[in-house]
Amino acid sequence: MKVNDLILQTTTTLLTFIILIFSVYLFFAGHYTPGGGFIGGLMTSAALVLLLLAFDRKTIQKALPFNYLSIAAVGLMISVITGVIALFFDVPFLTHTFGYVELPLLGETALTSTLPFDLGVYLVVVGVAMTIIQTIGESE
Amino acid sequence: MTETINIFIGLVVLLGSLLSLVTTIGLIRLPDVYTRSHAASKSATLGVLLILIGALLYFWFADNYFSARLVLGIVFVFITAPVAGHLISRAAYYTNVPLWEKTVQDDLKTKERPKTKKEVEKRQKVHTEA
Repeated sequence: MKVNDLILQTTTTLLTFIILIFSVYLFFAGHYTPGGGFIGGLMTSAALVLLLLAFDRKTIQKALPFNYLSIAAVGLMISVITGVIALFFDVPFLTHTFGYVELPLLGETALTSTLPFDLGVYLVVVGVAMTIIQTIGESE
Repeated sequence: MTETINIFIGLVVLLGSLLSLVTTIGLIRLPDVYTRSHAASKSATLGVLLILIGALLYFWFADNYFSARLVLGIVFVFITAPVAGHLISRAAYYTNVPLWEKTVQDDLKTKERPKTKKEVEKRQKVHTEA
């Protein structure tokens, strides 16, 4: 007997976008309101886990061909690089700056160098969480 | 913030919490999994929705802050809660959870439900592979 998962799969395709958008919102909101790289990364991996629950692993691997271990490595590298850049300006390691930048389309935007650091945290969290879940899911 | 909107928000939140209470009473009083999931997924959804709508209106009129997160939460709960109820009931039916003894009709019975534990496991295996 083949089980029909139509309801789960249809709602998943809709809800994954809501969860992903909310995770990106949480990531960018981290500087002024509750949120940040850690919780945003966890929510992104929650959306991916929802996809894994509704569809089988091969389909997801085809749609999102990421190697999650290298995502974690890239995230760690970004975080370290943001720390190392401070050394070139004669300030201690991991010193961050803050300023207002005139961007095209967006206008005056407050930008801080903690954002790439947070992006590194985000990628590490997504990579590690997905690696753990996929390794557990694969082993019999 | 006027008195009318105050009372209205209070009533909405109160109605939502009352519906949540109805849900818990239903969970205790109803006889089998399917009727319980009926109570849980329906009235709990509406209860949570009403409470969230009350919070949305409160922050809108009291602080003049329209919370997009609450709107997203309302939409999210409205979509997910019934699907969760559906999946729980379906999993219960496929794993041979008995219906209430006074049940008159079982339209899915023609599909021949698995009798032994082995057959249940076999069916779950087919499900995960499909």
